[in-house]
Amino acid sequence: MVREASLSAMTDGKTALAELMEISSQIETAVLFGADGELVASTLPDERATQVATSAKALFEEAGRAGMGELTHLEAATGDGSLFVVREGDLLAAASTGAEPTAGLIFYDLKACLRKAAEKPKPKARAKPKARAKPKTTRPKSNGKS
Amino acid sequence: MGSRRLFAIGLAVGSLLGIGLYARRGRGSNERIDLYFADGSLTSIDGEASEAARLVAQARDILRAARQ
Repeated sequence: MVREASLSAMTDGKTALAELMEISSQIETAVLFGADGELVASTLPDERATQVATSAKALFEEAGRAGMGELTHLEAATGDGSLFVVREGDLLAAASTGAEPTAGLIFYDLKACLRKAAEKPKPKARAKPKARAKPKTTRPKSNGKS
Repeated sequence: MGSRRLFAIGLAVGSLLGIGLYARRGRGSNERIDLYFADGSLTSIDGEASEAARLVAQARDILRAARQ
């Protein structure tokens, strides 16, 4: 049961990540991972994605200790580009961009991606029973005699 | 003639050095960490500050790993 839920989260994560990469031209790479560090989906090969997820989780936790409240998202701007880490519930996303990105847009897109990835699959709607077809009334052909 | 050429070369080298230093300074000042908290507050720490330097270095390593 747990395995099924995890697989479902991964599938949703992959779909959400694919949509994110489609809508955001500024994001170069992105990784989705759980609060426990488990990789959910990534645009990188698995080995590098795991490395990025682990390091981003450590960075987020360390940065959280720098403030007084609960950290929800961060941007680390460097000369080589920016790193974004966003947390939404039990899921986190890390994304890399070039230098001087539009931070507001990136945060918005990453949050939307995390919400989509966390969405539970909707139960399939039952198909409506088809209305019974009315029996065809065939008019007898008149042969013109009566 | 020789001194003019020397002056021109000196001016060119000086200009290039100046441009290099300016670009390096500009690059350094852009480094920062912006932290957003659940209560809506934002803390921006300059990359040269001691508490941010470690985080910026970590972020640079992550960016490098992501782009390999």
